[in-house]
Amino acid sequence: MADTHKNYHPDLPNTWTLARARQALANKEVTLEEIYTAVDKAVAQTNNLNIYLARDTKTLTKAHQRAELPLSGLPIAVKDNFCTKDLTTTASSNVLREFIPPFDSTVVSKLEQGGGVILGKTNLDAWAHGSSTETSDFGRTLNPRSPDYLPGGSSGGSTAAVAADTCIAAIGSETAGSIRQPAAWCGVVGLKPTYGRCSRFGVAAMASSTDSPGPIAKTVEDACLVFEQIAGHDPYDSTTANQPVPKLTEQLNKGVKGLKIGWLYSDIQELSASHKLIEKELAVFESLGARVEPIKALDPHYAVSVYTIVQRTEVSSNLGRYSGIRYGSERSNFGNEAKRRVMLGTFTSAKGYADKYYLTAQKVRTLFRQDFDQLFAKYDLLIGLTSPGFAKKIGATEGQAMFGELEDMLLEPSSITGLPGLNVPCYRDPLTNLYLGLNIIAPMWREDLMVRAGHAYEQATEWNSWRIDK
Amino acid sequence: MTVIKDNKYELVCGLEVHAELKTASKMFCGCVNDPFGAEAPNIYTCPVCLGMPGGLPVMNKKAVEWTIQLGLALHCQVNLFSHFDRKHYFYPDLPKGYQISQYDQPFCYGGYLDTSEGRVRITRIHLEEDTAKLLHETVDGKKMSLIDFNRSSVPLVEIVTEPDIKTASQANEYGKKLRQLIRYLEIGECNMEQGGMRLEANVSLRPTNSQALPNYKVEVKNINSFRFLEQAITFEIDRQTKLLHENQTPAQETRGFDAVKGVTFSQRTKESAADYRYFPDPDLPPLVFTDKQIENWRKELPELPEQLSARWQSEYVISSQLTLQLTKTKTLSAWLDQVFVEAKKAEVQPSKLANAFINKKLPLDPAIPAQKIVAQFAEQNHTTEVADDQLDQLLTNLLIQYPNELARYRAGETKLLGFFIGQLKCQLAADVDFSQVSQELRHRLEQLG
Repeated sequence: MADTHKNYHPDLPNTWTLARARQALANKEVTLEEIYTAVDKAVAQTNNLNIYLARDTKTLTKAHQRAELPLSGLPIAVKDNFCTKDLTTTASSNVLREFIPPFDSTVVSKLEQGGGVILGKTNLDAWAHGSSTETSDFGRTLNPRSPDYLPGGSSGGSTAAVAADTCIAAIGSETAGSIRQPAAWCGVVGLKPTYGRCSRFGVAAMASSTDSPGPIAKTVEDACLVFEQIAGHDPYDSTTANQPVPKLTEQLNKGVKGLKIGWLYSDIQELSASHKLIEKELAVFESLGARVEPIKALDPHYAVSVYTIVQRTEVSSNLGRYSGIRYGSERSNFGNEAKRRVMLGTFTSAKGYADKYYLTAQKVRTLFRQDFDQLFAKYDLLIGLTSPGFAKKIGATEGQAMFGELEDMLLEPSSITGLPGLNVPCYRDPLTNLYLGLNIIAPMWREDLMVRAGHAYEQATEWNSWRIDK
Repeated sequence: MTVIKDNKYELVCGLEVHAELKTASKMFCGCVNDPFGAEAPNIYTCPVCLGMPGGLPVMNKKAVEWTIQLGLALHCQVNLFSHFDRKHYFYPDLPKGYQISQYDQPFCYGGYLDTSEGRVRITRIHLEEDTAKLLHETVDGKKMSLIDFNRSSVPLVEIVTEPDIKTASQANEYGKKLRQLIRYLEIGECNMEQGGMRLEANVSLRPTNSQALPNYKVEVKNINSFRFLEQAITFEIDRQTKLLHENQTPAQETRGFDAVKGVTFSQRTKESAADYRYFPDPDLPPLVFTDKQIENWRKELPELPEQLSARWQSEYVISSQLTLQLTKTKTLSAWLDQVFVEAKKAEVQPSKLANAFINKKLPLDPAIPAQKIVAQFAEQNHTTEVADDQLDQLLTNLLIQYPNELARYRAGETKLLGFFIGQLKCQLAADVDFSQVSQELRHRLEQLG
């Protein structure tokens, strides 16, 4: 077995999983003071990583008020594109640097009603445009696993916050890879729910038809605990589905026995180096009783085109409100990435071009949906690499306008079709301490299936750095 | 204004009318929809209608139902599949940088409204949100523009016609009838001065007897009364006729209307026409209706003024003129219908009641029970019939008493009728039914002649 890396330390409650911390609080093995002291210390020690953009100062008081609720008053880090009442929300853009929302996003208020405490707001690629945090107007975040490397993005601040044990769990949002890709690069768990499962209300919109808020956590179980609090129909978001939220924690231990799993993109040459590293990981599922078969899916390169056009079009529309008239900042404060996206999106939706680009992209999107429908007729789950490779070095995005799209190529097909996906760490390079992640995709609304597989895998392997050795 | 009497060209005109709906809350959020009644600016606002980060629209179902009902009342087809689109442009009164509107799948299409000068076909009716209101004021000695978001995202229907309007007066009549219908259905106040209803006319001319559409179109905006609409169209006919006479094609452009001078003026030419980059709003799922839903809405439609007028004419002998004056809203009509039924039961002629309402002798108030209003009328008009033989005697005496006046009356001086009635009044009790008396009097005056 490859050498493992431990985040978990019995004496440092900031390194505990949400499940363990809850249990310990209930058993009075630890106090909220001790947890918050440890977390604050970890935050201070990792200042150089540039994870947090804003911190709440009254967290411990709030924690005590919520101690009896499901999340027990534990500290949660939230990506800075979620509106938080009275706490600056910038989307990592200078355009909103002074913006203090007068309201909470639905996910934030649900978290708080469920007993979570918003510890602070984490860095992201400005407007969530990117897969590195390098487009943030407030500087890049560094990867806690290896600070010469990028954390991925756009939820790189939240995945770094979890990897650095500066919170117990975190919230991110994914449009196409923004939860799973940084989770893979930071060696944490990222759960991208089905589109429409978690409310987008109060989340600065990126691409409205794919934006999906979701949990970033230390283990699959923790991700499920957070998911159960934030998911569900929201009367303020017409695109949330009016159906019951599954109790994922009750499904976790059901295992994968008898499940049919399709191995995605095994035929893509560019991935052969990474595939070599994880081949025996796929065998783990077989040893747990599932059947794994390589499958042929629609070429994900097409998804990059579809996603780029749809997303840029929606971006150009969604950023129109930051016209310089309100929010105190001129339009010149937009960074290059946002400007590029707005220009491209304005072009793809312009009269005379919308048919050629936007509408064609929507048709190809339907083809991807049909492709997945066919695959899910034969398989319960699909598995592939989350990212083509390990985290890239800082500065890697310079001059790479399509950096994110290529990094997220393997995730975009499932993102444009609204499918849920889960990243679980599946390999660690002993030299760099960097991780690879497995992307487990389930049919719409079947998060239960993917967390069963993710949890079973996590239990059966040693890649998760919060694993408690029995 | 001079109107060129010219038969060489005929008017080709279509109208685009915007009307705010008076739903309790706004189109896409829960804020109060009362921009004109608000006591202060920006009190009916929230993250959604202010276009804050993460604000998401949630559709007002009532506004959708009302739009479809208006469509049905205008004989439209209803799209079973429709959706909202984003219409992009930058203006300080548009907080999101786009207006949620409908582009290629409006709720209603293919209807008509009949005017005395012919049928006006309705192309489409769609629903959108209104913008905020800009106020240009001087604050602390500095000129500035202020924005009031109370109106932001108020539901707004747009009714677009085919270019069927042939005269300025027909445009006026169409507008008035449309406003009457919206008020009748109780879905909008259509207050023109406050902008609750706004008119735009597309005006062009073509050679008389030609069927082809002209190769240009002039859009006249900012018209806030039907009189101004008529003036603006008349002005345009005049202006365009002159140009055509000089062998010039009027420019394709948008023009404003100056109500003070009674003229239109150029605002924007085709070269700078906007590209709104319409695409379906991903925040709002498409709407799918069933035929059954449409049928139910159709059934819920009240009896419309024209149908009512025909029925009241035949059932109650109430003139259509009177009916149109009385039926301002569907609630009022339904109530009057009850009142007339009660009147018949109480052997009171409904037409008399109708007259009493018009002359404000009775309150038009649906809060009052129908029976009570009939009783009130009977009370006011309590009369005693004069016995036939008594009246006969009275009239015989009267005519004998005033032979000169009788002769003059018969010679054509009919206004003397009043004189005779005056004489009778002195001899009869106050509560006598004078309609009966004067009818009989006239009969005698003329019969013996």
